[in-house]
Amino acid sequence: MPQKVWVTGMGTVSSIGLNVEESFRSLCEGKTGIGPISYLDTRFKEEYPLGEVKLSNDELKERAKLSEPIVSRTVLLGTLAAREALSQAGISDVQEYRTGFISATSVGGMDISEKIYQGFLEQGKLEDLSLMGIHDCGSTTEMMADLLGIRHFISTISTACSSSANSIMLGVRLIKQGILERVVVGGTDALTRFTLNGFNSLKIVDKQQCQPFDANRRGLNLGEGAGYIVLESEALMEKSGKKPFCYLSGYSNTNDAFHQTASSPTGDGATRAMEKAMALAGLKADDIDYINVHGTGTANNDMSEGNALMRIFAEHVPTCSSTKAFTGHTLGAAGGIEAVFSILAIQNQVVYPNLFLETPIPEHNFSPITKLKEQKVEHVLSNSLGFGGNCSTLIFSK
Amino acid sequence: MKIYISGMGNISPQTTFDNKNFLDEIVSHEGSRLNIVDPPYKEILNPRLMRRMTRIIKMGVTSAKICLAEAKVEMPDAIITGTAMGCVKDTETFLLAYGSEESTLLTPTAFIRSTHNTVGGQIALMLKCNNYNFTYVQKGFSFESALLDGILKLKEKDGENILVGAVDEMTDNSYGIKSHLGYLKEGIKNSLDLFQEKSKGIIAGEGSAFFLLSNKENENNYAVLSGLFMLYKPKSQAEIENGIQHVLSPQGLELKDIDAIIIGKNGNEEKDGIYDDFLKAFPSETAVLGYKHLCGEYETSSAFALWMAARMIKEQRIPKATIIRKSDAKELEHILIYNHYRGINHSFILVSKI
Repeated sequence: MPQKVWVTGMGTVSSIGLNVEESFRSLCEGKTGIGPISYLDTRFKEEYPLGEVKLSNDELKERAKLSEPIVSRTVLLGTLAAREALSQAGISDVQEYRTGFISATSVGGMDISEKIYQGFLEQGKLEDLSLMGIHDCGSTTEMMADLLGIRHFISTISTACSSSANSIMLGVRLIKQGILERVVVGGTDALTRFTLNGFNSLKIVDKQQCQPFDANRRGLNLGEGAGYIVLESEALMEKSGKKPFCYLSGYSNTNDAFHQTASSPTGDGATRAMEKAMALAGLKADDIDYINVHGTGTANNDMSEGNALMRIFAEHVPTCSSTKAFTGHTLGAAGGIEAVFSILAIQNQVVYPNLFLETPIPEHNFSPITKLKEQKVEHVLSNSLGFGGNCSTLIFSK
Repeated sequence: MKIYISGMGNISPQTTFDNKNFLDEIVSHEGSRLNIVDPPYKEILNPRLMRRMTRIIKMGVTSAKICLAEAKVEMPDAIITGTAMGCVKDTETFLLAYGSEESTLLTPTAFIRSTHNTVGGQIALMLKCNNYNFTYVQKGFSFESALLDGILKLKEKDGENILVGAVDEMTDNSYGIKSHLGYLKEGIKNSLDLFQEKSKGIIAGEGSAFFLLSNKENENNYAVLSGLFMLYKPKSQAEIENGIQHVLSPQGLELKDIDAIIIGKNGNEEKDGIYDDFLKAFPSETAVLGYKHLCGEYETSSAFALWMAARMIKEQRIPKATIIRKSDAKELEHILIYNHYRGINHSFILVSKI
């Protein structure tokens, strides 16, 4: 019998809350974090709503008790969430056991470097060029690892919008293979002009509040945040006698191999990811109680993902919802934040509404729930789908 | 379980792409910039697809293709890529496109390609490969993370043929930034003189190398990948020596069993002392080899070193151009690669005879 890998702590920061408790309250109250832009310095201030974390960099720095003059917002958000996860897990000495930190991000330190890089590219400006040292994704992970004191193992995964789910998957595998005893996994991404302009150029950003899985959906809202969970081995659990939140019963990553940015209409990659994850968990279709769908609100994603759900669950798609109408699409952090939401669903035996859903997609035989619902939640399936055809599924079990 | 390297594709500042020339004819580079020698892309890639690829995608996809062809594998069970900086040129193109004005009339092409998993995704698209696809972006651990994942996949019995590689590109601007920040050597005439230089700074390189890891015995296999360990910010020499044991002990090996050590010396006198201290642990008859005078310094350069080690094992010879310290060893049974990136990311890779 292969060993189970347990979740013993979690932490999150997003537009709906600065910690797990606040986030859960917003989820239950149906309160979206998406609104007019207050922090990102962009000309689109009046045009696009965003899911911003409601603190400035200085305020975040103060909250994280950091004295460094310039820190990427990606690091600030990530540090707050990862610390909360460690504290929930009751871990104060990270050196005690072989402990790893696997973080995911799609922008890294781009929030700081984009202006400096642009200045250099456009006008050859040399000012603050040394800050290019915090541009890459790996440097944000190293800075967080140093702040957390973790040095046994560090890595960063960047597979666009599925990044965090993949970092969780790697953590589980490293524990199963005995390479680590416990590991902090998840991801962080700050809003940047780079991503806003990028998604804008793809013409998939909604100028209004997004409506995932609605027949009249117009696109996604971008968001930011971080979500991490602590995973521990069975042996460590026995030693500490800790009460775990849940365990990771299934996981899978596949590739759609259809198009660099679009999902196949039939949702081949997502179908395969869900099938493989359920097979690994030894679960049948009717064992799944809740699905936290990727559900970005774009025409392509929701149609493709919904078609994949119907291929697996046929007439019996389980209770499902997208929480992206709460947080916006937090890109590399999404899988981590949604892992926290999935675990909260198990802890509280409750599933969240898919906000702003008015008209179900006519081609689908199901529709996400629109009201908070108390129900039995033993197995939660969470999807993360990204550019490069990357499809990931995680299953959390009670 | 043994993990074999059954195919390789290496595009580097040397003519390594055809897997024939083994550093017999050396390309010397002037100054501190080592760009790759272009392979004949047109003969390898579909011209229709090639037109849509930027340089780093071409490098990555082509080296993967060479590797798969050599291993005679059409569909790998996983594609795992390491890239510290990702698609730099596309990132720059998109930064310039939206600029400080944030123009609304942008084409999304550069943005799409700037995503870090573009090369891995493009390989999957080319092969129509629906399998596992990860991309690691951890500075000097990017390639090693990918390699570790590949080893895990085989140990988990979740695949038999795993494509693992690394790709990083140098652009005019990324070179310019390094130069302005004083990271580069000034006044070096010939890259091959790197180890004679007593100065600060490095020579910058780039490259793409892919490997096919397999659990199957085959007479064409190059070598066995017998150990891998990463060490982040070691606090002492003792920690580094302990790191070596992490790869030797599981194989029941001692320091004296290592026939050759490939070190990542990059000519930067501020950090090369770490290698000198490291070598003190080994007997003086162990061969010491270098590679960064051939491919330059970049985060995923250890992939070049792995290519070198695997060929040395298979061909049982050490190319003259790599020798820092000679040895009389008749047989090459175990080669240890030790590299550190800026003294922060230290890695040990052990390659052994089949």
